[in-house]
Amino acid sequence: MFHPRSRSVGKPSSSDVAGATQKKLVFRHPLLVRLTHWMNVLCLFILLLSGLQIFNAHPSLYWGKYGADADPAFIDIRAYRDGNSIRGETRIGSLAIPTTGFLGASEYNGALSVRAFPSWLTIPSYRDLSTGRRWHFFFAWVFVLNGLAYVIYGIAAGHFRRKLVPNTNELAPSHLAHEIADHARLRFPKGDKARHYNTLQKLAYLSVIFVLLPLMVATGLTMSPAMDAAWPWLLDVFGGRQSARTIHFISATLIVGFVFVHVAMVLLSGVWNNLRSMVTGRYAIEVEKHP
Amino acid sequence: MIVSPTRRRLLIGSAATAAAALLGGCDALVDNQHVARVLEGAEALNKDLQRALLSDTTLAREYTEADMSPVFKANGTQHPEGDAYASLLDNGFADWRLTVDGKVDRPLSLSLAELKQLPARTQITRHDCVEGWSAIGKWTGVQLGTVLKTAGLNTDARYAVFHCADKYENTADGQYYESIDLVDAFHPQTILAYTMNDQNLPVAHGAPLRLRVERQLGYKHAKYIMRIEIVDSLKAIGRGRGGFWEDRGYEWYAGI
Repeated sequence: MFHPRSRSVGKPSSSDVAGATQKKLVFRHPLLVRLTHWMNVLCLFILLLSGLQIFNAHPSLYWGKYGADADPAFIDIRAYRDGNSIRGETRIGSLAIPTTGFLGASEYNGALSVRAFPSWLTIPSYRDLSTGRRWHFFFAWVFVLNGLAYVIYGIAAGHFRRKLVPNTNELAPSHLAHEIADHARLRFPKGDKARHYNTLQKLAYLSVIFVLLPLMVATGLTMSPAMDAAWPWLLDVFGGRQSARTIHFISATLIVGFVFVHVAMVLLSGVWNNLRSMVTGRYAIEVEKHP
Repeated sequence: MIVSPTRRRLLIGSAATAAAALLGGCDALVDNQHVARVLEGAEALNKDLQRALLSDTTLAREYTEADMSPVFKANGTQHPEGDAYASLLDNGFADWRLTVDGKVDRPLSLSLAELKQLPARTQITRHDCVEGWSAIGKWTGVQLGTVLKTAGLNTDARYAVFHCADKYENTADGQYYESIDLVDAFHPQTILAYTMNDQNLPVAHGAPLRLRVERQLGYKHAKYIMRIEIVDSLKAIGRGRGGFWEDRGYEWYAGI
């Protein structure tokens, strides 16, 4: 099997001592995927940090149509007076977790101050809701246009069908169990198998691309009073504006979780190879050396 | 080995420098006026798109009494300072007058009783604060469009400016004011409310009269209205951006 755009690398690989394999660069990521990937990195970084600035203006989450100070919040990040100092506390339901130094109360300009998320996690670092909103809404547009370009390309070029949709064999429980076991032992596919994403990867990417990211946009729109007038069904889908705000926060948390795992996998499965493939498009795999 | 050790060190070094620059540079970018101007461009895009999706009469959702917040949070000024407001309040606002002037054919001076004689509209709507919370309440008042038609607008009228009794900040330009354009001014749900939850409008919520402009955020809903001025431009009022919070960086179009 010879990919027209792949080429062999001159230097033999470490396992080449046995004379069995050599490294070969295969073309993995088309230009549009690489560009939209890095644009997405920038957008998600700014959207998260400006989003936390906006959250800090009212650090409580409710369920339903309304929610304010007097209403029961099920997530709440607050500061309480504690003698001459303050302590931060994060409440999830009836569970209260002391989070002084990180959530509720954290260092700002050398003093412990009242802030839900710390200054190093917000844009701007100081408290400024209006600026946070400007950054959030501008980059929301960039994120949506970038995402649309990616999705249109993915459908038109058959990218999703060929690379991301798992086949029936891959979805078989025994196969999935095997992959999960391999992942847990940090054993990554080699050789021809490494040409393709594995099933767990495919499922993770598909859920982020088609569930979590669209959910962020839809719940974001539901927080807009004008959009609720234009598309009132948004309120029915999410059970009210405050539910939508809560889902927006939870979904953002899941995306942050995905990014942590994604970056960990990139580091563990060959950081330079992965980075090169997302910059130049070329990914090195080990193939059998032909005589 | 595809990446040589020196190249690797260089890459690690540049990545670390880039990360540091990114974190340290955020505030520098935020404070840059050119960057701010570019980002503000999204506001016009949001306004144009939302206006395109909404007809001039598309209503914000109206709720039932069962949906109402048990406690409607009061925000912003809770009680205007000064003797002028205190004496109006002492008298149950019997001496209060709403002035309607500027680019109108017939300037008006209306008492609360006169406003209450005009056709009323009652609506149970959701109030969305820019901070993120929401409260649902019941409002009764006269449609702003009714008042403006009575006054008769000049052909160059563009905005309704609401001058309020409260000084939100103790500075020369700290007086609260707001403005909306004629699309929102003549929207059926844009009312000058004098009751809230079937009671006279409480002081904390803007007695005797506040604006409801249901397709925008809470800070547009001016409380303690004393005067409605019709203008062709917002430049000459306050710092020229159309409202107290707008003058302090918030969007004039607050549909999002």
